[in-house]
Amino acid sequence: MLELKDICFDVNEENVNKEILKGINLTINDKEFVVITGPNGGGKSTLAKVIAGINKPTSGRIIFDGEDITDKNITERAKSGIGFAFQQPVRFKGITVKDLIKLAAGEDISTAGACDYLASVGLCAREYINREVNASLSGGELKRIEIATIIARKTKLSLFDEPEAGIDLWSFNNLIDVFQKMHDEIQGSIVIISHQERILNIADRIVVVSDGRIAHVGSKDEVLPGLLGSSAGSCKYFSAPEKEVSK
Amino acid sequence: MDAIQKELLAQIADLHEVPQGAYNLRVNSQGAGRNTTENIDIVTKKDKDGIDIIIKPGTKHESVHIPVLIAQTGLEELVYNDFYIGEDADVTIVAGCGIHNGGDKSSRHDGVHTFHVGKNARIKYVEKHYGTGEGTGARIMNPQTIVHIEEGGYMEMDTVQIKGVDSTVRVTKADLADDAKLVIKEKIMTHGRQYAKTDFTVDLNGEGCGADVMSRSVARDDSKQEFVSRINGNNKCNGHTECDAILMDHGCVTAVPELTANHLDASLIHEAAIGKIAGEQIIKLMTLGLTEEEAEAQIVSGFLK
Repeated sequence: MLELKDICFDVNEENVNKEILKGINLTINDKEFVVITGPNGGGKSTLAKVIAGINKPTSGRIIFDGEDITDKNITERAKSGIGFAFQQPVRFKGITVKDLIKLAAGEDISTAGACDYLASVGLCAREYINREVNASLSGGELKRIEIATIIARKTKLSLFDEPEAGIDLWSFNNLIDVFQKMHDEIQGSIVIISHQERILNIADRIVVVSDGRIAHVGSKDEVLPGLLGSSAGSCKYFSAPEKEVSK
Repeated sequence: MDAIQKELLAQIADLHEVPQGAYNLRVNSQGAGRNTTENIDIVTKKDKDGIDIIIKPGTKHESVHIPVLIAQTGLEELVYNDFYIGEDADVTIVAGCGIHNGGDKSSRHDGVHTFHVGKNARIKYVEKHYGTGEGTGARIMNPQTIVHIEEGGYMEMDTVQIKGVDSTVRVTKADLADDAKLVIKEKIMTHGRQYAKTDFTVDLNGEGCGADVMSRSVARDDSKQEFVSRINGNNKCNGHTECDAILMDHGCVTAVPELTANHLDASLIHEAAIGKIAGEQIIKLMTLGLTEEEAEAQIVSGFLK
């Protein structure tokens, strides 16, 4: 179980203090499937990075499985069971897809084992396994490889920052299956930041983050009508609605 | 061979015993073994120190190993090796130099390798340099590689210097005839106060010829590297040179491209990127459970793989 207690995160831009997160209180239960949505710039990615340890909160505490992990670094959090898929996957010269999956799995897995992870995100494994994770891969390919690394980690809590971005519609249906299958098999908690209705639809709970605060939390039946029913400009949860959430 | 020499041989040539096929082993400036085959002859030069390696036209799938080992402090040598690769041959040549310096005097190997690549011949040339030893004496290597490729010939040159060479100036000069191709892949890591300079000059003389010169390097501690890459397009040709360097600690890298197009249909490209490891790369690997140090090591070893 993950508990966020009054999380604040400020940045200093040109000597002006800007509050990105303004007191977030949220609990993610074991095996729960939570989707965080809300307008761009509302603090969703920052929140995910605070959970993964990439951003250190200005104040507030983070409790994971009963342990206070607020002062733990990225590595320690990863080892304690937090996985994080980047919104913009990182490229590496010389590191192959297989190397990356092997590092994620934390063991010397076979080529066949690595291929299984790639196949699960819809990539023809043989074509990719020995390729470098560099600029020769398209954004969509990198994105799917990124998701495969998180599946390979089999963590108690898996965070995905806009996994659908850059993935074509044809592959998108498979992506929903990937998350559902992952949820069934790994039996961990999954937190996805997304604007996509089809991802919102498979959530146990939807959290709307806007202007650094939690604007609403509830089941999809409670939250979705408020998000989808509103015409542009009149969404009940935030004043600056985005097209992505209102389509 | 003693244990030190065996270790050097394993590092520079991946060899644990005497190799198959043609070879010439040089230890502390002395011949220490040679084998020739029906198609590959090795002859000691009479006018200066060194050997001629003569590969008959049409020789396929054979290899030549010519490792050089120095395990004696204060030894300095200058060696000339000439390779004559016959028409249509397809061979691999593995050279390399390992120095173990256990004393306080400089040990130095300067080698001049000249390749005459015949028409339509293909060669892969692998060269590894390695230094070790607990002594304070410097380990110095200054290889010169001179390449002449005739029509339709192809040469791939892989050079690696990963560890222990205190000072090196590597000069490579090549000229290419019609439809000839040259691919150079260089990998260098320097540490401590080491200095490494590479200086490539490629003359693209023939119509339809091409060269690709790629360097990947890591400069750690207080080491310094210089990369000079000069490509002269004298005909309809393609030339590409790329320098990709990672800086660590107080490392310093200079990249100097020099492209000259003397022909309207010469197409020449230079790319250079120098910088420290991207922070996001380290963060990504840390989110997979690696420590910062492990992430850095992983990135460097992948980069130089």
